[in-house]
Amino acid sequence: MSIDKSEVQKIALLARLAIGDEDITSISKELTDIVELIKTMNSVDTTDIEPLAHPLELFSRLRTDEVTETDQRENFQANSAETKDGYYLVPKVIE
Amino acid sequence: MKWQTVIGLEIHAQLATKSKIFSGSSTLYGGAPNTQACAVDLGLPGVLPVINEQVISMAIKFGLAIGAEIPEKSIFARKNYFYPDLPKGYQISQFELPIVANGQIEIETEERKSKVIKITRAHLEEDAGKSIHGEFGNNTAIDLNRAGNPLLEIVSEPDMNNAKEAISYLKKIHSLVQYLEICDGNMQEGSFRCDANVSVRHIDEKELGTRTEIKNLNSFKFIESAINYEVSRQIDSIESGKRITQETRLYDPNKNETRPMRSKEEANDYRYFPDPDLLPIFISDEMKIKIKKQIPELPDEKRARFIKELGLSEYDSINLTINPDIAYYFEETLKITDDPKICANWIMGDLSAALNKENKNLKNNPVSSKMLGEMINLIKNNTISGKIAKIVFEAMWNGEGNAKEIIKDKNLQQVTDSKEIEKFVDEAINENKTQVDQYKKSTDEKKQKLISFFVGQIMKKSKGKANPSQVNQLLKNKLDD
Repeated sequence: MSIDKSEVQKIALLARLAIGDEDITSISKELTDIVELIKTMNSVDTTDIEPLAHPLELFSRLRTDEVTETDQRENFQANSAETKDGYYLVPKVIE
Repeated sequence: MKWQTVIGLEIHAQLATKSKIFSGSSTLYGGAPNTQACAVDLGLPGVLPVINEQVISMAIKFGLAIGAEIPEKSIFARKNYFYPDLPKGYQISQFELPIVANGQIEIETEERKSKVIKITRAHLEEDAGKSIHGEFGNNTAIDLNRAGNPLLEIVSEPDMNNAKEAISYLKKIHSLVQYLEICDGNMQEGSFRCDANVSVRHIDEKELGTRTEIKNLNSFKFIESAINYEVSRQIDSIESGKRITQETRLYDPNKNETRPMRSKEEANDYRYFPDPDLLPIFISDEMKIKIKKQIPELPDEKRARFIKELGLSEYDSINLTINPDIAYYFEETLKITDDPKICANWIMGDLSAALNKENKNLKNNPVSSKMLGEMINLIKNNTISGKIAKIVFEAMWNGEGNAKEIIKDKNLQQVTDSKEIEKFVDEAINENKTQVDQYKKSTDEKKQKLISFFVGQIMKKSKGKANPSQVNQLLKNKLDD
């Protein structure tokens, strides 16, 4: 299976990456190689082997349900491009 | 009937925790914008999510209550899409190995038959923030207080065949989550919301038709209207030779119609993968046993018990058990007084009406179950009549004290002294000679009407305080003399 030009463009759009036309051919080749590698891995017989969800074979620790955070809005919004009345402002999103 | 409707529902129930699913921010509704959004909720670099144990317990509780499977191991996944109210660029959700799988509940159809609705899965996820369009000129404003609130998404099989069944299912789940105390069920605040997947097919067709998903549904009434609108729209389309497009539609309650959301076709490719920031969750049998013990008597059992042990009608029992607050209030009232039927009537009648009118609920209700129970006892022992009780109830509602105090203050005690009642009866007879003559000449049926007329006069004179059965008796004796 090869990742062709239109596939590369679709993935780039989903990831919001701007890719120049001159890069598409090389990216297409790299991604195709990765898929080929996965194909090789898929050829190994994995019947009876449980899928791995996480490389560490541990279970999650759980947190007690307590409010531990205080209002840090001013600090956070100091890094923000634009705010108003406590809101973060972004370019208008049209639904 | 030529067409069959097929409906599946996705319910988002906000879990009633103090803090968020992956951070220690408060989940309290209505805070000033962005004051309850910490570094984790904002998706700042370097932060790590840590799961709230209460969220896990609540999901397990739900699973146990619908007889579902709760696997030992559950994992979280990233659902990837870009939107400004989702700062990380992905929502932490569950894809493979959800916490709850294959449950079911029973609903009642319009024909009052019981029907099983299968629940495919219920999984945990974080809520997104809120976007405000249109109020900030050329900008969209983002409030991330809601980002990271814990949600349980409950996904049904496409087992419902009309809007009424969908509503019946929703109300059942709505009631259940409140009994389990895992969600406050507040639809206005968005704690309980729903998306509906709707399709139609020829009645003899095996394959499901193309479905549309209706979003933005936050009241039972809107959900019913939206489904009905969408079903007729789909049938009309197909009958006029068009094809249904699989799409997301928004319901507009003002126009009562659904219309397509601006299509973000590729955006539906969410590229789920296990979240490397989160280790799998392990759920032991001990945990399940412990949580099972916390499950209270559920609405169906309660309803059956009210019918069997208290002799209430099915109608009363359903109304009293839908909402746990009402059910508990009723049970508390019954500790003070012992007449289930009168209690039910007062709770479903005057109390519910007063609560609705002033937009209150049983948590800020001025008439406690003790006050209502004591008042009912005073009706039962003939201190006041049912009619006067309405005055007493209103005064209790307005904070004028308990029933005893109000009866004393307003001098509302029922008159049972026969001498005094006789005085009212005599007056009424003497002032209405014409009606007395008519009475003597009348048929039984006509007599009854005149009796009501005299009772009315007497009650007016006694300001509603004369004991009605004594009045009736005395009046008849005198008129038939």
